[in-house]
Amino acid sequence: MLELRNVSCTVQDNDRDKEILKSINLTLPDNKFIVVTGPNGGGKSTLARVISGIQKTSGGQILMDGEDITNLSITDRAKKGISFAFQQPVRFKGIKVLDLIRLGAGENMSTAGACAYLSKVGLCARDYINRDVDGSLSGGELKRIEIAISLARSAPLSIFDEPEAGIDLWSFKNLIQVFEDMKKELQGSILIISHQERILNIADEIVVIAGGEVKAQGKKEDILPELLSAEDQASCRFYQ
Amino acid sequence: MDAIQKELLEQVAGLHEIPTGAYNIRANGTGAGRNCTEHIEIITKEDKNGIDIIIKPETKKESLHIPVIISEAGLEEAVYNDFYVGKGADVTIIAGCGIHNGGNKDSKHDGIHQFFLEEGARVRYVEKHYGRGDGKGKRIMNPQTIVHLGKDAYLEMESVQIKGVDSTNRITKADLAEGATFVVTERLMTHGTQNADSVFEVELNGEGSGAHIVSRAVASDESTQLFVSKMSGNAACNGHTECDAIIMDKAAIRAVPEISANSTDASLIHEAAIGKIAGEQIIKLMTLGLTEAEAEEQIINGFLK
Repeated sequence: MLELRNVSCTVQDNDRDKEILKSINLTLPDNKFIVVTGPNGGGKSTLARVISGIQKTSGGQILMDGEDITNLSITDRAKKGISFAFQQPVRFKGIKVLDLIRLGAGENMSTAGACAYLSKVGLCARDYINRDVDGSLSGGELKRIEIAISLARSAPLSIFDEPEAGIDLWSFKNLIQVFEDMKKELQGSILIISHQERILNIADEIVVIAGGEVKAQGKKEDILPELLSAEDQASCRFYQ
Repeated sequence: MDAIQKELLEQVAGLHEIPTGAYNIRANGTGAGRNCTEHIEIITKEDKNGIDIIIKPETKKESLHIPVIISEAGLEEAVYNDFYVGKGADVTIIAGCGIHNGGNKDSKHDGIHQFFLEEGARVRYVEKHYGRGDGKGKRIMNPQTIVHLGKDAYLEMESVQIKGVDSTNRITKADLAEGATFVVTERLMTHGTQNADSVFEVELNGEGSGAHIVSRAVASDESTQLFVSKMSGNAACNGHTECDAIIMDKAAIRAVPEISANSTDASLIHEAAIGKIAGEQIIKLMTLGLTEAEAEEQIINGFLK
C-alpha cells in the first residue's frame, strides 16, 4: 500500500515559487487498478514523478507498506518495487530493446522471454528485439516498448504516465487490451495517468487531481458518471 | 610468449591461441610467429620495418591476423605494412596493437598501413588499440591508415581504442575510384590526461563512389580529443561523416568537420554533436533499479558498442 501524507511540491518558475502539489493526501491500496485523471497542468504527472522519486517533495511523507520512502533515491524506490513508464520515453544510442527489457526484468532473461512482452504490446518481437532504442523508432513504437519494459518489471506498483499519448487509434485498441489483461492478471497495483474514457472504464478507483489538489477519489462507479455527465470539463464539479 | 603478452594478444586480436589462416605476430619489435596460406603471402620488407601482404585475386572468406604487442618498456618503433588485395578477393584483416608499459620510459608504436584494393575487392579491417601497465612511461600509438580503393572495391574499417592509450595521433586517408565504398566506424574513449587526435581525409574521385564515416567518442576526466574529418566530392558521389561525442568531467573535445564539393553531382553531409549524457537517460535507467554510476556505465558501454 502506498500512502501520501500532506505531500507538497514546489518548483521554481521564472524566479517565483510555484506550488504544483498542495498537501496531497492519498492512499493507494494494494492490487487495485487506479486511474488518475484531471485537467492538464493540474499536477498529475508531478504526482507520478514524486512517487517514483524523480521529483523531490517540498513537504509531507510518502510511505510504502508503512515504510517512509520520502528520502529514498529513484534507484532505491525502483528496488522497492516502484516502476515508472515515462510519458515521453527516452532514446538511447547503442542500447537495444532486449537490453532494456532485461534491465527492467532485473535478470538475464532469455530472448524468447523478452519477446513475449513485446508481443503483448502488439509489436512483432522478431522485428524489434535487437533494434536500438533510438531515433529510428517512432513515438508510438517507443511507447509500446516502454510499456513492455514495465510489464517485464512486474513491480508491486506500476505507474504509467499517459500511456495513450502519441499512440495511433489502431494501436490504442490494442493498448486497452493490454491494460485489460494486466487488470485480469493483476499482481500489485497499477497507477495510470490518463484522460481516456476507455482506460477510466477499466479502473477500480479513480482519483481526480486539479489545481494541485485531490478533488475526488473513489470507486469508478461513483466518480466516472459525474466526469462523463459534465457537458465539458469546465463545468465538472471535480475540476472547479 | 609470457602471460602479459598473451593478455595483450587477447585484448587486441581476441586470440587465445594461434589463429587459423594467415597471421604475423610482432612482439617487442621482432617476429613472434608467421603463417602464410596458399592465397595470402607475407613478405618481410628489406628497406624498413614491416611486411608486404599479398592477397591473391579471388581469395574468398579468408582471414589475416597481424597483431603487434609491446611489453618492453621504452620500446619505440615505426612499422610499415602494405596490403595488396587482388581483384575480387573478399577477406577479413584483424590488426591491433597492445602495449604494456611497466617502466618509466615511453613506449611507442607507429603503425603505417597502406591498402591497395584492386577492382571488386572487399576487405573488412578491424583494428583495436589497448594499453595497460602501471609504469610512469606513456603508451603512445600513432596509426596511419592509407587506403586506395580501385573500381567497385569496398573497405570497411572498425577501429576501437577504449582503454589505456595515453596519446594517439590517428590519421586515416582514402581515395576512391568509380563505384568504390569506404565505411568507417570509430570508437574512442579517453580518460585521465590522455589525448587522442583522429584525422580523416577522404577523396571521392570516382563516379558512384561513397564514404560513410561514423566516430563515437567519450572523453572523461581531463582528457582531450580532436576529431577532424575532411571529405572532398570530386565526382557524382555520396559522402557522410558523423562525429558523436559524450563529454564528461573536465574533458575537452573539438570536432572539425569539413566537406568540399568539387562536382555539382556530389552529395555530402556532415554531422557533429558533442554533449554530456542526457539526464533523462540516467533517470530512466535509475527507475529500472540501476544506480547513477551503473546507469552512466550502461549508457557509455552502449554508445561505444
